[in-house]
This record gives sequence, C-alpha cells and structure tokens, in this order.
Amino acid sequence: MLVTALATASVLVGVAELDRFVLLASRLPRTAALVLTGAAMAVTGLIMQLLTRNRFVEPTTTGAGDAASFVLLMLLLTTPGLPLAGKAAVATLGALVGVFGFLALARRIPVRSSVLVPVIGIMYGGVIGAVTTFIAYRTELLQELLSWSVGDFSGILRGRYEMLYLAAAAALVAWVAADRFTVAALGEDTARGLGLDSRGVLLLGVTIVAVVTGIVSVTTGLVPFLGLVVPNLVSRMIGDHMRRAVPLVALLGAALVLGCDLIGRLVRFPFEIPISIVMGIVGGVTFLWLLLGPASQPGRASRPAARPVPVGRRRG
Amino acid sequence: MIQTDSLTKRHGDIVAVDDVTIELGDGLTAIIGPNGAGKSTLLCSIGRLIRADAGRVVVGGLDVATTRSRDLARRLAVLRQENHLPIRLSVEELVGFGRFPHGGNGRSVHDRARIENALDLLGLEPVRGRFLDELSGGQRQRAFVAMALAQDTDYLLLDEPLNNLDPRHAVELMRLLTRLVTQRDLRIVVVLHDLNVAARYADEVVAMREGRVVAQGSVEQVITVEQLSDLFETPARVAEVEGRRIVLWE
Repeated sequence: MLVTALATASVLVGVAELDRFVLLASRLPRTAALVLTGAAMAVTGLIMQLLTRNRFVEPTTTGAGDAASFVLLMLLLTTPGLPLAGKAAVATLGALVGVFGFLALARRIPVRSSVLVPVIGIMYGGVIGAVTTFIAYRTELLQELLSWSVGDFSGILRGRYEMLYLAAAAALVAWVAADRFTVAALGEDTARGLGLDSRGVLLLGVTIVAVVTGIVSVTTGLVPFLGLVVPNLVSRMIGDHMRRAVPLVALLGAALVLGCDLIGRLVRFPFEIPISIVMGIVGGVTFLWLLLGPASQPGRASRPAARPVPVGRRRG
Repeated sequence: MIQTDSLTKRHGDIVAVDDVTIELGDGLTAIIGPNGAGKSTLLCSIGRLIRADAGRVVVGGLDVATTRSRDLARRLAVLRQENHLPIRLSVEELVGFGRFPHGGNGRSVHDRARIENALDLLGLEPVRGRFLDELSGGQRQRAFVAMALAQDTDYLLLDEPLNNLDPRHAVELMRLLTRLVTQRDLRIVVVLHDLNVAARYADEVVAMREGRVVAQGSVEQVITVEQLSDLFETPARVAEVEGRRIVLWE
C-alpha cells in the first residue's frame, strides 16, 4: 500500500506538464526504475548479510560497487561506445571479482569479529575506489565515475532503464533459493549437517549480488545504505527467515527509494537533489537509530526462560 | 551400523584421532575421555563435519566421504556444541530447517507432522514462536536437538548435548534419547563429560585417550576403577548405588 501510494506520488510529481508523452517516456520509467532498484538492492544486502553471517555488510561496503566502477572505467578507456548491455555485463564481472576478493579477505581475518568484517570491507572498497578515482581524475572521467557510484534517477528515460527488470529477476531467483541462504547462515557445521552445498550457494549468492550491482551501476547508479538499513529493519520486525523476509525487504526497499527520491525532488522544487544525498541522510540516521535502539543487540541478549518447560512430554 | 577404518585426523603436529578402527553398534553409545582425547573430532569425522586425513567412515552402508552430503543428511543428523546464531529465527523456523535435506520447505503435511513432533518431544511448544536470541541457553540447545530430530534420520550424533542444561533438562534429554532408541530404533552416539550420565544411560561406552580408543564395551566393562583411573590419570572409585554405577574421585 505504502509502495503504491509513493509510486503514484512519484508519477505525479514533476516539472513538466503531465501529458501522455511525459508520462510514458519519463515519469513511469523513473518510477519503475526506483521500485526495481530499491527492491533489488535491498535484497542483495540481505544476501550479503546471510552469506557473511554479519549484519553490517552490503554490496556498496564490500567492494562490489567499487570493483564495478573500476572495470567500467577501464572499459571506457579501452573500448568506449559499448552498448548498455555490454557495460552491464562487464560491470557484473567486476562486481563478481570484487565480492569474491572481499570474501577471501574476510576469511583470512583470524578473529571473527562482527565489527572487523565490515571495516575490512570498507577499507577494501576504499582502496579500489581510490585507485579508480585517481585514474578518473587523470583522464577527466570523474563525471562518469559519479554516475555509476552515486544513484541518480533524474536521467531515467524509456529505453534506458529496462535492464533493471533483469536485476529484479535476479532478486526473484534469490527468493526461490531463499531456504538455501538461510541454511548457509546457520553456520558452516549446521549447514553441512543439513547437506547444504555451501559452495554452490555462495556462488549463486555472489552472482546475484554481482548482477544487481552491475546493472544498477550502469543504469541508475548505486544507492548507499539501502542494503544495510532495510534488511536490518525487517530483521527487527519479522526475523531473518529469508523466504519470509524477501517480500518485505523488497517492498520496504522500493518504498524507501521512492520516498527519498520524492523528498529530493520536492525540497528545492523545481530543482533536484540527487537521491544519494537524501538516502545518505535518511539511511544514516535510521542506521544509527537501529544501532542505538533499545533492543539493539539481537543474539547477545539471553534472557532466562519465562518458565521451565518439561522435555519429552508424551502425547495422550 | 557405524564403522571407521584406520581413521586419522591431524591438527598440525597434534594427532587428534590416531588410526581409529571401531564399530559402533545399535542403541546409545557414549564416548568418554579426558579433554583433548579426540572425542569431538572422532564424532565430527563420522558426521563428515571434519574431513579425515586418512581412513574411511561408513554409516549405515554409506561411505561418508563419497556419499552426497544431502543424501547423507537424510540418514544422519549431527549436532555440534556451538549453537550461537547471528541471525534471527524463531524456534519453529529453526526446527523446520530439519526438513531441508528432505527437499521439503517445511510446509507439506508430513513435514509439519515431523516438526510438531520434534517441538513436542523437546517441550518447546510454549516457546515455538519466540526468537532464539530471546531464549535461555538451555532452550536454544533443545531447539537445535529438535531440529536434528525433525531431520528424521537413523543416526544421531551429538557433541556434548548436556552443555547449558540444568540437571532436570539433562535428565529429560537423556531419557528422551533412550526412548528414541527403543521406540524409533534410532542409533545415537553422544560425547559425554559426565561419567555418571554415561553409566546410567549408555548401552555401550567408548573410552578415548590421546586420539586412540582405549576401551570399548558395556558400562560394566568400561566404567571400572582400573579403566577410569588409567583413562583420566586420577585415582577413581566406582560405587554401586541402587544397582547403578557412580563414579567418585579420590
């Protein structure tokens, strides 16, 4: 409902007089792109969190986005003028390598500290990002770089966003395989005890994350905090059983992006503030609230049982 | 039947399991021994959580190293000590994942029946909807045992399942296990620290020390002054109270 309301508002808000052409060529594509990006990116955050068993990671903080930007820049320097689909494919490959690199790095940390893993991810992404920025600066391509790593939906037109349906489809695949991801998050031993093919699940999960990151990079640009905030909110509400969580994560992701985009369009109407800036503020505040909130440490609070319960009660 | 053939596992220079050839029969088998004897390593190697360096494990006719993990998970359930979860699941959801190896998503009638039965056997009915991180350590422990039971296997391997449990729940869990042996014909292997629990409930006792099996047999054969004093390098006394063996230390 919230999503429908926000989507309607998103269609109706705009500088140009609303007519059939504007509606079909700009407004509807923009709204669709917002919904698809929001849903897909929120789901990839959930996947990353289940795979790493860490609440504080998402694709943009684990080097996926930075690696995608890096290869896109290389591509632009060597073979400019590739069609959008080709760029998306290359960005996906880049993100794939980026995430695997992060996972390999995270595996080498001797202490499985829940705080250290995201810090490593941010540093790892920072290194790739720094190299990319340096090259972009020297080759005067900073503008391009920003378009991949900073989400902006103002340029979305018909014919420039349809690939996002593929990203949403990848998120849908994640939903179908949801139980595998949840089992993987139960821990290595439990997962093996239940007969899970951990490597296969890891490969599938990273591929989905990479596909979404790659496509979103080249179409709208990545939206920060989304994959972090939304799954944590949903976890607080209904837990992490992925099959149950995915629909809510996708809807809430779409709603958050729609809302932030609307704010960005209305604050300085008729001018626009990029969604990344709005999202950075909204997301950052929400995340701080999540961290500092009253029930902020799930998994550590072991309250005593309300009352003892007999084991092995016979039926009848 | 569980058989191991020259099973060896090294952790660096330390040989955790040293050339163990053993046959575990039906009923409830307890593995006892001092710290670092290789009990858990042996159990986890049998349950393919640890890959052995050498040797073979056969469970119910299936070679653990070559059988597909998922096929094995329908015959054998294994539970380790650590049961901390970084993700939020309810008791019922966790137990439901016991049906995962059967390809079920936990929603078929048969799956539901298994899950209900496991919740009931472990007395988790009143807390079924609660998140695991809201429970006591003992309740969490029982939720994991319930998941293993929902897996509906012929073999059940438990690594120190009485950790976190108070005497009442420990006794109730052991009673449940012996009942499962007789009623469901489940074969159970348990690593136990409490010798009195082993003496009371085990059909067969395996004593390990420094990676080797030093004794195997009935309670009367293994829970003896000579065996235990030697095994733990501490003078032991074995008393009989109401026909049961009780271990005391000098």
